[in-house]
Amino acid sequence: MLASGILPSPAPMHIPDGFLSIVVSAICWVLTAVGVGVSLWRSGKTLGGRQVPLMGVLAAFIFAAQMLNFTVAGGTSGHLIGGALAAILLGPWAGILTLTTVVAIQALVFQDGGLLVMGANILNMGIISVLVAYGVYRGVTALARGQRWGLFVGGFSAAWLSVVIASVATAIQLAFSGTSPLGVALPAMAGVHVLIGIGEGLITVGALAFVAAARRDLLPALSGVEGGPSDKPVRGLGWAAVGLTIALAVTLFAPLASEYPDGLERVAEDLGFGEAALDAPYAIIPDYVFPGLSEESPAATILAGIVGALIVAVLGLGIAAAVARLRKRAVLQEIGD
Amino acid sequence: MGLRIHALDAYRSGDSLVHRLDARVKLVLAVLFIATAALTPDGAWPAYALLAALALGVILLSRLGVGFVYRRSAVALPFALAAVTVMFSTPGQPLLVARILGWDVTLSDAGLVRFVSIVLKSWLSVQMAVVLTASTPFPGLLQAMRSLCLPKVLVAIVGFAYRYIFVIADEVMRMMRARAARSGSREGRGGGSVFWRARVTGGMAGNLFLRSIARSERIYEAMVARGYDGEVRVLRPPSLQLGDVLVALLFVLVLGAVQALAQLF
Repeated sequence: MLASGILPSPAPMHIPDGFLSIVVSAICWVLTAVGVGVSLWRSGKTLGGRQVPLMGVLAAFIFAAQMLNFTVAGGTSGHLIGGALAAILLGPWAGILTLTTVVAIQALVFQDGGLLVMGANILNMGIISVLVAYGVYRGVTALARGQRWGLFVGGFSAAWLSVVIASVATAIQLAFSGTSPLGVALPAMAGVHVLIGIGEGLITVGALAFVAAARRDLLPALSGVEGGPSDKPVRGLGWAAVGLTIALAVTLFAPLASEYPDGLERVAEDLGFGEAALDAPYAIIPDYVFPGLSEESPAATILAGIVGALIVAVLGLGIAAAVARLRKRAVLQEIGD
Repeated sequence: MGLRIHALDAYRSGDSLVHRLDARVKLVLAVLFIATAALTPDGAWPAYALLAALALGVILLSRLGVGFVYRRSAVALPFALAAVTVMFSTPGQPLLVARILGWDVTLSDAGLVRFVSIVLKSWLSVQMAVVLTASTPFPGLLQAMRSLCLPKVLVAIVGFAYRYIFVIADEVMRMMRARAARSGSREGRGGGSVFWRARVTGGMAGNLFLRSIARSERIYEAMVARGYDGEVRVLRPPSLQLGDVLVALLFVLVLGAVQALAQLF
């Protein structure tokens, strides 16, 4: 939608300078500094001297992999964003560093995303999306107990959810900055990325399938099947909790953003968009006032957010459990291969 | 496409005051300019005009070409779509009431001012970012990032990534050429289903990942063979010249004056 025309812009998610307020930019920079600092420390401990060349080349890999495209329909094409793939293949810390590097170069060299708002872009695409993806993936693979379907279900849902949650975070930052009312930004951003996320999920699964076939040892979730020590379902569920917490936190932030600044509540009066996102669209007189909307709306939205997240979680766990039961008998045979 | 990625090296060599300015000073001044634009209140048109004039002055001094910078700075304009609705959501004097798809849409004067201000802020910011990257070689930017106290390891990773983007992009070109050579398709339509095409693309990404891992291992071994011990060592950057400091002071003064004027409005 917003491809820059020079490079394939991964998604309409790179915020340029001027669209976020100084306060929002600063808060995002602080969160980003903490996330990147922890990642540098953790990945430096495990990778040692390999850290710089490995992270550097893999950031270049993500950058280049975004050029791989495929025809969707009628001249449009889809391509990889890479947050989930990096998280799954490299783990959360190295994944964050890789995506941070990609976002930094996109902003510094190609003006794809601003400089002052780079903290927000890194937060959305480098930290939130990687942690959410890793949490979902670890949760599903822990439930799958090292079977192949866990890799694919986990990879797809991790990629899809990470893209959607990152877009929600973007919409919230825009709303807090008074750039775009949440009632419009949220459904628009999330709506577009619900579709983009499907492409992302398919490519991620394709990539994981290739790696699983060629270098099984690079996928800890699968090598756990072979009786390796890396299969730790408890830690996997811990990561799942981290991912879900972040996804929930972002979702719950939305009603706060809708209250700020004051003028945003007016969107409901002028446009009816706020309601349109939840109910059927209906016409409203321009000067109509909703008494008590500002008190009721956040609570209702929080409730809707919780219910939605619960439905998704229950559905996901239900499917995982059902598949696990279906596969129960096949397990013994499948361990052999 | 093969040419395009290489044409993307954003640095344009030249000899101008802006090119010669210390990279650290340039990075800090560009960020300060962007921050000034962000702080400028909506509708402070004289301040925006001054900022635009300042940007134009820098562009002329850099001899990059006004057309080039303006063209490149259009990159961020499509994002303005994200701010369009603010025109209708900000309370103010209604300018225009229209009925679209059953909604009464009110365009308010304050909303229009807010929208135009956001787009101006963004456009001016991108101009300065374009001048920064077009007039500074990438190693200079890395050095500037280091002296702004960014972690040494992170800057080294960014430097490595930039170094290998072009190598791995070539790898992608070869893979895509190979795919095109092996696949017959009608114009605008691929073979197979969308799901199948996405999986094939994913397979290529997986293949590229394995090649990249192998490449990074070769690079690491080559570094170790040349004495790399995991410590990132960099040359001390040259100290700032008097001219750099003077330019920085002048620029900051102008920005401060513009900001003061903007707050008065």
